[in-house]
Amino acid sequence: MISSFILRALEGRIVVTVCIILAVALLVPASNLLLSPDNALHIPTYVMSLMGKYLCYALLALALDLVWGYCGILSLGHGAFFALGGYAMGMYLMRQIGSRGVYGDPVLPDFMVFLNWKQLPWFWHGFDMFWFACAMVLVVPGLLAFVFGWFAFRSRVNGVYLSIITQAMTYALMLAFFRNDMGFGGNNGLTDYKDILGFSVQADGTRAVLFSLSAIMLSLCLVLASAITRSKFGKVLVGVRDAESRVRFLGFRVENIKLFTFVTSAMMAGIAGALFVPQVGIINPGEFAPANSIEVVVWTAVGGRGTLIGPIIGAVLVNGGKSFFTGAFPEFWLYALGALFIFVTLFMPKGIVGTVQAALANRKAVKAAARAQAQNNDTPSTQIQAAE
Amino acid sequence: MEIKDSKPKSLLYLDGVSVSFDGFRALNSLSFVVEPGELRAIIGPNGAGKTTMMDIITGKTRPDSGTVLFEEKVDLTKRDEADIAQLGIGRKFQKPTVFESHTVWDNLELALNRKRGVFSTLFYRLSGEDRDRIEEILGTIRLTHRRDELAANLSHGQKQWLEIGMLLAQEPKLLLVDEPVAGMTDAETAETAILLREIAKSRSVVVVEHDMGFIRDLGVKVTCLAEGSVLAEGSIDFVSNDPKVIENYLGR
Ligand SMILES: Nc1ncnc2c1ncn2[C@@H]1O[C@H](COP(=O)(O)OP(=O)(O)O)[C@@H](O)[C@H]1O
Ligand SMILES: [Mg+2]
Repeated sequence: MISSFILRALEGRIVVTVCIILAVALLVPASNLLLSPDNALHIPTYVMSLMGKYLCYALLALALDLVWGYCGILSLGHGAFFALGGYAMGMYLMRQIGSRGVYGDPVLPDFMVFLNWKQLPWFWHGFDMFWFACAMVLVVPGLLAFVFGWFAFRSRVNGVYLSIITQAMTYALMLAFFRNDMGFGGNNGLTDYKDILGFSVQADGTRAVLFSLSAIMLSLCLVLASAITRSKFGKVLVGVRDAESRVRFLGFRVENIKLFTFVTSAMMAGIAGALFVPQVGIINPGEFAPANSIEVVVWTAVGGRGTLIGPIIGAVLVNGGKSFFTGAFPEFWLYALGALFIFVTLFMPKGIVGTVQAALANRKAVKAAARAQAQNNDTPSTQIQAAE
Repeated sequence: MEIKDSKPKSLLYLDGVSVSFDGFRALNSLSFVVEPGELRAIIGPNGAGKTTMMDIITGKTRPDSGTVLFEEKVDLTKRDEADIAQLGIGRKFQKPTVFESHTVWDNLELALNRKRGVFSTLFYRLSGEDRDRIEEILGTIRLTHRRDELAANLSHGQKQWLEIGMLLAQEPKLLLVDEPVAGMTDAETAETAILLREIAKSRSVVVVEHDMGFIRDLGVKVTCLAEGSVLAEGSIDFVSNDPKVIENYLGR
């Protein structure tokens, strides 16, 4: 059962993409660790971490594609799930600092000592254990998505209204996390990490492993998303996107279908956030900013929604562009992003991958039509046989 | 299952059903019975409440008052769309609604009466039995030769048939069909009448239609609705000679 579910995922494009990502997972760290810095092919650590960041964004965009591209739920709050995953990992990293903090408290992170707190708040317990933090990376975003989706999908909130309340959700979380008394470091967030599982977060080796893990997680989630979308469930998802009432009147529980997809997607976003934080070295409430979630939509749209591979390409390209622009002409980045979104919406509504796919499908259809024309004479009889 | 000494006398039973939208009475104490195995046509002017009646039967709209019973025991006003579909009531919309970005085959596969839960669909595998059933339906709806095409590429009439095919795949006991021949060519209309009669051999069907020629082709009991209640009921000749029907509908 499970094996046929996974095997179905391994369609040509997906296999090729996974191979590329895994090759990157191997080659980039190898170049960083094995080649000498003077070698032309050597990748400096900061570049590797930057690329690792793109991979996390790619995973976030993939998660969004599952709900937006396939199920038609335009979430403008996926940044919140990403940030929550990031905070869960950040909390683990804070607890690992131990007495090496500025104030030297063996248990309390610096910001708590600074606030004059005497003991660890209840929700910080357990985060000294890596496995617990990893579980929370999935549980917290998943639970929020479940509660949110339970109410929204049951009351049949759809379209723009749903998008607006997802924005409101991430905005509300941002305001909450900005408050010092929430217990997540307020404005400054969580930072100054020392090590992860005993390895220094600054070390090249640790960075290399984090990079590889990001790539591997992206591949795994890509295969999972492909398995989901290529199953009968995936076809129902597209049905919900295109003709929700038809799905309902066929006897499917649309709210459960949406809920499952939304929760799965939120967990993927959480994983992305958790891998992001040790690579950039900080998580703060800015990650909940509504604009962040909107950027994810732009990456996905640029790459091509409903294609799984598109969002990965979109996230890497747009963020690559962003790094270049913010270095070269910082004041123009937002204009460039806006122009890009308008261009894609107007001229490439299917995004990069969607447009290429459509062109290929078109060529195939033309060829097939020509072939059908050629053997027109012997087909009808076989068709009649099939019908009988 | 209990053993019953007689078959239920009504498959669908509506009594005194009323519903208002912003003060406007779309259905006004409507009463209406469909027997098991019956093919019934419903006519009536635009705005008579025909689609609203289907909305109520399928759980899309809740009535303000009245009784709606399926198989004499299930109160449909307490169920939602998915429940009602699973009970065995299929519905074809006025505007053809198929999954355009899926192939004809996939449309039917999705409609097939199998477990519809999240995990059952995630791990679903097409069985030989299911394949045969889909092929059989493809034959019935005359779309065997287009099985691998996207539904978006079908003609309007073919989409209507595909939707009917999806309802067949659902294996309903009762099929509600809203204006199936609107926008069809004459040939397609005649073909659709044959198709519906074929389908009605093994289940009850309620067809809403404006096309009087089509109703004649069907040759079944007709109910005429106007202003949310039943105006007349009987054979097509009986109904079309009723002075009230002529005044309210045919005479217009
Ligand atoms: N959801 C709704 N909200 C408001 N008015 C409605 C709604 N559904 C139907 N109506 C009104 O009820 C009346 C009956 O409509 P309908 O059942 O579609 O008629 P028919 O299908 O017989 O042409 C119309 O006047 C229509 O405008
Ligand atoms: Mg109508």
